Amino acid sequence: MNSTEDVTLAVMPRELTQNPLRKIWMPCKNGLPDKHISQRRVCMTNCPTLIVTVGLPARGKTYISKKLTRYLNWIGVPTKEFNVGQYRRECVKIYKNFEFFRPDNEEGLKIRKQCALTALNDVRQYLSVEGGQVAVFDATNTTRERRGMIMRFAEQNGYKVFFVESVCEDPEVIAQNIVQVKLGSPDYIDCNTEEAVQDFMKRIKCYENSYQPLDEILDRELSYIKVMDVGRRYLVNRVQDHIQSRIVYYLMNIHITPRSIYLCRHGESDLNIRGRIGGDSGLSTRGKEFAHCLGKFIQDQNIKDLKVWTSQMKRTIQTAEALGVQYEQWKALNEIDAGVCEEMRYEEIQEHYPLEFALRDQDKYRYRYPKGESYEDLVQRLEPVIMELERQENVLVICHQAVMRCLLAYFLDKSADELPYLKCPLHTVLKLTPVAYGCKVQSIYLNVEAVNTHRDKPENVNISRLSEEALFTVPAHQ
Amino acid sequence: MMDADPDTDRFEEMPDHLQSGLTQNPLEKIWVPWMSSRLSRRRGSSVPQFTNSPTMIVMVGLPARGKTYISKKLTRYLNWIGVPTKVFNVGQYRREACQSYKNFEFFRPDNEEAMKIRKACALSALKDVSIYFSQDHGQVAVFDATNTTCERREVILFFAKENGYKVFFVESICDDPEIIAENIKQVKLSSPDYLNCDKEEAVADFLKRIECYKVTYIPLDDDKDRNLSYIKIFNVGSRYLVNRVQDHIQSRIVYYLMNIHVTPRTIYLCRHGESELNLVGRIGGDSGLSPRGNKFAAALGKYIRSQCIPDLRIWTSHMKRTIQTAEAVGVTYEQWKALNEIDAGVCEEMTYEEIQENFPEEFALRDQDKYRYRYPKGESYEDLVQRLEPVIMELERQENVLVVCHQAVMRCLLAYFLDKSAGELPYLKCPLHTVLKLTPVAYGCKVESVFLNVEAVNTHRDRPVCDEPQCSQTPPLRHSRAQPMASPAPTKAPCLEDLGLTELSLENVSVDRDAEDALVTVPDHI
Repeated sequence: MNSTEDVTLAVMPRELTQNPLRKIWMPCKNGLPDKHISQRRVCMTNCPTLIVTVGLPARGKTYISKKLTRYLNWIGVPTKEFNVGQYRRECVKIYKNFEFFRPDNEEGLKIRKQCALTALNDVRQYLSVEGGQVAVFDATNTTRERRGMIMRFAEQNGYKVFFVESVCEDPEVIAQNIVQVKLGSPDYIDCNTEEAVQDFMKRIKCYENSYQPLDEILDRELSYIKVMDVGRRYLVNRVQDHIQSRIVYYLMNIHITPRSIYLCRHGESDLNIRGRIGGDSGLSTRGKEFAHCLGKFIQDQNIKDLKVWTSQMKRTIQTAEALGVQYEQWKALNEIDAGVCEEMRYEEIQEHYPLEFALRDQDKYRYRYPKGESYEDLVQRLEPVIMELERQENVLVICHQAVMRCLLAYFLDKSADELPYLKCPLHTVLKLTPVAYGCKVQSIYLNVEAVNTHRDKPENVNISRLSEEALFTVPAHQ
Repeated sequence: MMDADPDTDRFEEMPDHLQSGLTQNPLEKIWVPWMSSRLSRRRGSSVPQFTNSPTMIVMVGLPARGKTYISKKLTRYLNWIGVPTKVFNVGQYRREACQSYKNFEFFRPDNEEAMKIRKACALSALKDVSIYFSQDHGQVAVFDATNTTCERREVILFFAKENGYKVFFVESICDDPEIIAENIKQVKLSSPDYLNCDKEEAVADFLKRIECYKVTYIPLDDDKDRNLSYIKIFNVGSRYLVNRVQDHIQSRIVYYLMNIHVTPRTIYLCRHGESELNLVGRIGGDSGLSPRGNKFAAALGKYIRSQCIPDLRIWTSHMKRTIQTAEAVGVTYEQWKALNEIDAGVCEEMTYEEIQENFPEEFALRDQDKYRYRYPKGESYEDLVQRLEPVIMELERQENVLVVCHQAVMRCLLAYFLDKSAGELPYLKCPLHTVLKLTPVAYGCKVESVFLNVEAVNTHRDRPVCDEPQCSQTPPLRHSRAQPMASPAPTKAPCLEDLGLTELSLENVSVDRDAEDALVTVPDHI
């Protein structure tokens, strides 16, 4: 390249404009956002990914599929699962018995293959048309032949393939699995427990003879993780990119040991009473009372090896101190940074920053306070907390409203739109217990009065709205 | 506890620490119970607990399988994220014991004399491991040796069990002759063992050395070793076998090992071009580039194009000045919020003179311990490292990358690549308009500094030095967690030296110092 030509051909840097909602700087032309060559997030992968589960029935494939999908969606990767069993149930309205799955049942085989193809078609719709980024193809996929078909499909469409195989021979684990999720399946809705278990065991047998696990030699060019004995051991082969690396890390950190996660906010704070957001104030009198009640509650729950986590803000630490046990402070659990609006009342925000206030109501998840954070930013900073929560067993997390909403959204699979409006009132503990494919929630109000800090989305979110319309849903305060 | 006084008026008059029972450590802005100095133990730890007992990472594998490479890299990473870690290379002990290396015969399995020496070296290293854990506040020790026999591993497991250490094995298995040859070329030929050999001799001898070990090598066994915790790395990372990860630190180690690679590549680090706020000596903010900054951006574009880098990724922060800089390069870039400059909280957009005027105590505290010092309502370098960890992890995964960032951020990233301690990190020189080109080589990183010939202000503020011999100084606060350090050299004294506190008598970092003394190292500005 000629150096003198270089000077004249030097790229003219485009003007930048800051998106008023997300506070992201973007190139613009004539005052309007230009074709966006910069990406706002870390590039997880440059083409859609198809995750393919592999394994005999009752090996946790659907459990893994649903959990992984929930995690990926929460961190912002649009993901959807496609359960072939579901397609089969829609096709064959009534399940009679295991004979449907016999390897010599030609009629059954035809239907099952058709269901797989229909599901793949929907995968293509999701990844290539609807803008999905990851599809989880949840089926047994126990033969090399079936997996070959899926790989050809992926190649044709430009998808990367990553297999997740679950191998387990522990009869206790399998029995527990059947009890937890098979007995309640639509297939066994009219059976008694013994019948159902027997039939399901015979169903597993149908697959066993033709099962070809991923092979170290034959499948050495494939990308996969083999999960053995519910996570005691993993074999990881040819991780291709960032998203696969994150998926592997996640799968290696989850476990199925029964445990409970307790989420609550700090006790009512002085700023809470005055209707001010953010800041780093101490507990009010009622807040201290709550802390004391929380201590009693935790003692009564008699929880084995409970870990207690707080943020680095005074009010959560004061709350934890009342428990009289060891606790860890996480900066990542700090409340959302409201930037220039810190310590303001909503009325003041409306007065000084009416535009910002309106933008926030328009898209509360993505809205970033000037010199502050958005819920979207919060999720990113909370990801290591979630990862560690997955590793741990019994944990009590004492945090803040916005933070608790993010954590709750992860456990209860809430969308970005629902997340910022989840109800997390003061002085209420949420006890989360994993059950079947999801999470049971128990809400425990500890009977100490507190202000309400929940502001619903007002009807009028237009920037031209009146003050009264903006402040309509502000909760009462001093 | 802190019982509320039923008479609210009197209660509100009480000092804050009595009302809340908490006081805020002035340096790190961490809330602690105010009576903690009188009580036995502080209940709240301010960093997540990685593990509750010391961990030994034990390498396993034939020579030239990358064990030392992995040991050093892992140690560098763990120290950077704040886990005090040290490598114990048994080969080093052997070289100290035997002074001069003759040839591979030393390693013959039937060489009884040598076997005795080698075993003694291993035991000596183990002894140093226990000293590191018990006296030097170490948390992780990397035991770097072949450890290829069950017998040797048994010795280590027994030692660890006796002392209450966790053990995690890292085995590297490779049968690709090309990789092994490359390995020998990169790090063995220059080893002290082969100082006076010509290349061919050295290679021939080393290959015979490897043969000596092969005879007795027993890899970790799927069945017999099923109760051990380990990761087996096959062929430089195309495959991994992970068994029984016990805790958080082991999980992080596995994740790290699975993300690193040895493909040659280059990382370019630079700051945004000179900004409007830089010109007037103000810190932080979100200003645009000055005219000279724009010139730099153009020069950067030219330089990058001239380097002809295949598949270059460009990363910026979310701040205007880095994005403006990247725009001039003319290729796709990714914005990372994690790369944003350190948040100076209440000091944002101030000049150092203004900080001295408005917050003289804060200014002094910062000079006392710049790594741990957190701006009020802002961040510390320590916070920065934690937020940059995913960036480092992704940098390890990637190949050629240009990171356009900020002074404090660049210092943190540089400290990771160059293994700088917490004491050195905040004073690393990262001037404007200068690109640092980092190329991994042997066990470390080659740095090339490229000044792109566009003048800019200097934004580097050294630790202030003064003539006054006697300065009172608030003692650095001690915490239950150990302090992050760079990978320690064998004879390095911990902690105080790393903080640069031995030169305390010459430096005025006292809270009572004069404004002049505080501002003596502030760089010029408009």
